[in-house]
Amino acid sequence: MSPNKIKFDKKIVLSFWIILIAFIIAAPTLLPVFRLNLLGRYLSLSIVAVGVDLIWGYTGLLSLGQGIFFALGGYCAAMYLQITSSSEFPNNIPEFFALYGVEKLPFFWEPFRSPVFTFFAIWIIPALVAGLIGFLVFRNRIKGVYFSILTQASLLVFFNFFNGQQKLINGTNGLKTDVTQLFGLMVGSEAMQRVFFWITAVLVIAAWFFAKWVVKGRFGNILIGIRDDEPRVRFTGYNPVLFKTIIFSIAGGLAGISGALYTVQSGIVSPQFMTVPFSIEMVIWVAVGGRGTLLGAILGAVFINYAKSLVSEALPASWMFIQGGLFILVVTALPEGVLGWIQGDGPRNLLQRFGLKRKIETYPSLEVNNKEGNNE
Amino acid sequence: MNNKDLLNLIDITVSFEGFLALNKLNLNLKKGELRAVIGPNGAGKTTFLDVITGKVKPTKGDVIFKGKSLVGRKEHKIARLGVGRKFQSPRIFENLTVKENLEISVTTPKSPLNLINKSIKDEQLNEIERLVKIVNLSQKVDSKAGSLSHGQKQWLEIAMLVGQKPDLMLVDEPVAGLTDEETDLTADLLKSLSGENTVVVIDHDMEFIRRLDSNVSVLNQGTVLCEGTMETIQKDKKVIDVYLGRPED
Repeated sequence: MSPNKIKFDKKIVLSFWIILIAFIIAAPTLLPVFRLNLLGRYLSLSIVAVGVDLIWGYTGLLSLGQGIFFALGGYCAAMYLQITSSSEFPNNIPEFFALYGVEKLPFFWEPFRSPVFTFFAIWIIPALVAGLIGFLVFRNRIKGVYFSILTQASLLVFFNFFNGQQKLINGTNGLKTDVTQLFGLMVGSEAMQRVFFWITAVLVIAAWFFAKWVVKGRFGNILIGIRDDEPRVRFTGYNPVLFKTIIFSIAGGLAGISGALYTVQSGIVSPQFMTVPFSIEMVIWVAVGGRGTLLGAILGAVFINYAKSLVSEALPASWMFIQGGLFILVVTALPEGVLGWIQGDGPRNLLQRFGLKRKIETYPSLEVNNKEGNNE
Repeated sequence: MNNKDLLNLIDITVSFEGFLALNKLNLNLKKGELRAVIGPNGAGKTTFLDVITGKVKPTKGDVIFKGKSLVGRKEHKIARLGVGRKFQSPRIFENLTVKENLEISVTTPKSPLNLINKSIKDEQLNEIERLVKIVNLSQKVDSKAGSLSHGQKQWLEIAMLVGQKPDLMLVDEPVAGLTDEETDLTADLLKSLSGENTVVVIDHDMEFIRRLDSNVSVLNQGTVLCEGTMETIQKDKKVIDVYLGRPED
């Protein structure tokens, strides 16, 4: 999106990575457990933000229902943890079933006894659900605001369904994970949380590189083409339905991974993950960080959530106003988001305003490459 | 209809809630032909292109292209069969560079799998190089298409159309907003494309149509009024009445 992407020196990039990796390794010793856990949670949220950036920033699909896929990933992880830790409970099934008089494990829990199945289910199930919803919507050429409304409606359907199924998945109470065991260790324990932090950090970087790879070449250009002029893509011989379904499915898979990591670090998954405001917040992180930048989505998710917890500690109840204000500020003053502004002409324009930098006198393209000017 | 025809439009009727945009339109195109289509506003010129490219489904009638019916096929399938279209106002991808725009058009096969895990073929890169030379955009290859001038955008879109290697090129008002010099160059470019390709040009600009030196079909009220060379149609009384205007007595 930005006309002149900043190119950093290789040495700077290398030292950035070294510092980053050193910080990730050292973070558990540097940060108190509470802060480390928060950082881990916010990092896991940045993975769902990367997905939102792929579908919204690149492809122009504003989904207000990413919470569906986020929660599905969380439930997959939580079901596995509950079931492997249920040996001391009646009937060898998770404790909550006894509250509702359920004696036999519902059939769809069975496969979650397998760690391998769960490992794949966490991202494949949300990806498949997203692919199915996406295909039906895109095939009928529903786009723009109608697409957004439809995704939000689906979110509410899922929310109500999960909220009402006490006998299947403990309904509104959700599934707790912090007191469950994973490979003989308590999930909520400090040692386990440290491991989850590292896994999350690695997966954020992996998700970032994966998304960069997806949008790098011609595939990414088609996504941008769909965003800017879908009929034109169609008349050039591409089937936009296919491309949109694939990218929506990828975003769903990323949301699932994100939800699973968030669940194990926050200790519970519940239908609260599928509330309307939460899915809208995901969009705000990307809008503030910078649409179509990927890195902006990650930074937006982490910093906004960190700000949220700091502000909430200092001034309870004021966060909603600040978040709303932030969104208005970005929409009106920084439509490209913070990173988009930095990569674009933002800083130069700001310096010019304060007279710190010479104004350009002709068209930017002539000013930058004078040699090309005489070619017309 | 005969076997040498690339495209036959047979009794095409398009009705928009009772309004007949096209009314029993018949038109045949030979392979390699260059055909100009003119007509007053509202004559159905753009609907005529919409029917061929699958954007609008005809209420009645059939479109036969290379012996196959196009009616009911999706736009991208029709494009893959070999029908390319240039739009009235230039429609290029402004946030992509000139090169990326052309990559989108020359890439085959146009499947997601091919795009994501293979890099572009050398012959396709050569083709892009050839195209940018033809339309004089060699210096702008890595510029954003949005930064081009209007004329350059028109030409980029024509280059994208050629890059698609369609058997049938549908060109809607290619010289709208171009300078006289650019108009002449565009006419020459389109003439040089015919022969190998079949080209349909829609335009208002009489000078431009004259310069194309091709057969002309005149549309009026959704049907073909008259067909022939520029000289013939200029003498045709019906055409004079509806389009060129009756000379004042």
